[in-house]
Amino acid sequence: MIDDLQTLYRLMMRIREFDSRMQVLVNAGFIRGGAHQAIGQEAAAVGVCAALDPDDLITSTHRGHGHAIAKGVDVRPMMAELFGREGGCCRGRGGSMHIADFSVGLLGANGVVGAGIGIATGAALAQSLGASGRVVACFFGEGAMNQGALLENVNYAALHALPIVYVCENNHFAMSMRAERATALANLADRALGLGLPGVSVDAMNVVAVRDATREAVQRARGGGGPTLIVADCYRLEGHHIGDPLNYRTREEVQHWREQDPIARCRLKLAAVIGDAEIARIDAEEKARIDDAVAFAEASPLPLAATAEEGVYA
Amino acid sequence: MIGQTAPVGARTATYAAALNEALREEMQRDPRVFCIGEDIAVWGGGGVYGVTKGLVEEFGVGRVRDTPISEEAIVGMSVGAAAAGLRPVAEIMYSDFLALAMDPLVNQAAKMHYMFGGQASVPMVVRSNSGAPGGKAAQHSQSLEAWFMHVPGLKVVTPATPFDAKGLLKSSIRDPNPVIFLEHKRLYQTKGEVPEIEYLVPLGRADIKRIGRDVTIVSNQTMVLKALEAADDLSLSGIEAEIVDVRTLKPVDMETILESVRKTSRLIVAHEANVFAGWGAEIVARVAEVGFELLDAPMMRVGAKDSPIPYSEPLEMAILPDKDALVAAARAVVAY
Repeated sequence: MIDDLQTLYRLMMRIREFDSRMQVLVNAGFIRGGAHQAIGQEAAAVGVCAALDPDDLITSTHRGHGHAIAKGVDVRPMMAELFGREGGCCRGRGGSMHIADFSVGLLGANGVVGAGIGIATGAALAQSLGASGRVVACFFGEGAMNQGALLENVNYAALHALPIVYVCENNHFAMSMRAERATALANLADRALGLGLPGVSVDAMNVVAVRDATREAVQRARGGGGPTLIVADCYRLEGHHIGDPLNYRTREEVQHWREQDPIARCRLKLAAVIGDAEIARIDAEEKARIDDAVAFAEASPLPLAATAEEGVYA
Repeated sequence: MIGQTAPVGARTATYAAALNEALREEMQRDPRVFCIGEDIAVWGGGGVYGVTKGLVEEFGVGRVRDTPISEEAIVGMSVGAAAAGLRPVAEIMYSDFLALAMDPLVNQAAKMHYMFGGQASVPMVVRSNSGAPGGKAAQHSQSLEAWFMHVPGLKVVTPATPFDAKGLLKSSIRDPNPVIFLEHKRLYQTKGEVPEIEYLVPLGRADIKRIGRDVTIVSNQTMVLKALEAADDLSLSGIEAEIVDVRTLKPVDMETILESVRKTSRLIVAHEANVFAGWGAEIVARVAEVGFELLDAPMMRVGAKDSPIPYSEPLEMAILPDKDALVAAARAVVAY
């Protein structure tokens, strides 16, 4: 559980730096296959993970670098993974959409929309059966709201009061599909009503609001009160992926949301406490951390082709 | 173990009871093992075919979990529970319904160990049943094992006898990988020797169910029993068929198959699934690649015709392979 604003700010800045640098590296051809940025969604990732204990678990999405960093994955092996290197957190076998680090409780990002919901619910079932006291936070986007896996698994979790928090990051777009074009409900959190669990909406351009809403849900889950659906209202400031034609929204709309940038909002509050100079120092440190991660990735060896068929089976 | 008849005095059990014993023993042995599926706890005392009978009384509702009709969640949760350290044994009531759970099997369970660089393992078993029990028509009768063989990361097991069913299920539960364990509806009430002492049957080893010199018939599930009957018929006219029960389709035991073909120089592969792109195609292709010189006749495949399974009995019988088809194929390759 993270209480101080400075750490929340620092983690959001790390995510922003990571995904911004990634854009440069994709365009320069260092990272293959494209990638999805979480710019504008940092407060959702950091706010949720700030309400968890270190040994709690999460599942993540194709837009998952923020979740990984917020849960404590080291950016060095993350960047090396994007570079397809042996030093990557998945030894270069997974790439951007499959970042996993079981040592910090990240059970994996996912390339299939909504597929993490079953894995997270099963992990919560395992905690319940083993009475571990651990909670699972399951991230998915509003694009997963209409996947069948949501109905099946959330129903089961509610039925058995499993220790899980479902976090729907509503970034307003599933590729070009605007949320209102995809779901009949005006308020996505109302979906929880039909599934028998509490549903809350939170302003996810405000990291403290996300953390506080999640804290309540985590307490309920840990105490045997069952799951909660949190709809974290944020905005995908960049495209679906690097190279998105972005023909489905206006500059004005994006500008409106840029003015609510979660990092800028947090910076304003934090500056009043620690001053601008201290903030500039944090920014410089996080930028340097990403420089170091890129250097680490570049120095890490490429996997040997002769090992390509190894590790299909445990 | 050769043949179906048990030695005098040996204990016999049905295929369903043998599977039930495997589950019970593994649940007693390892507290991480639990069962999850539809109608596995309450219905008829445990499972539509009785495989989970009595388990809820012994292990409680926490470890024998009746679920709503939610196949994707049954398998998806099993993946998550396995990744988190448990050993789920999921039951999908009919293998046809595995179609509803393909993402968690194919994109999640099969990939996690490799895709995450070896840091995760998914030790889970998905039990289901193949085959046409008679009159259950197109959506409750399919044999879909080839679908799963085509996915790297999955193992596929298809036992034919009570002995193998028990030993293979125990090995599957102890395996650190996702295993698709396909039983057969027509085999549940068949009886055979099942020793009272504990034993395992390793994955990846075929079993010669009858020794012969003239033709090799590689088969699985009900087709093993039909091949044994066909072999009795063939024997009357002096043709001795060797019956290889493949048992595990992935990993597959090519060594035993090739060894048998080396002796007989003739190969038939028989399965209840339709012939087109069935697992027999893979066996025949592999023998053609590495054992072509061993053959004295073209290889043949015996299986269902390329059609949905019909309801009406004469139609169903026209689609499914039978003993006569095996006898005819064996005579043809021997006469070649």
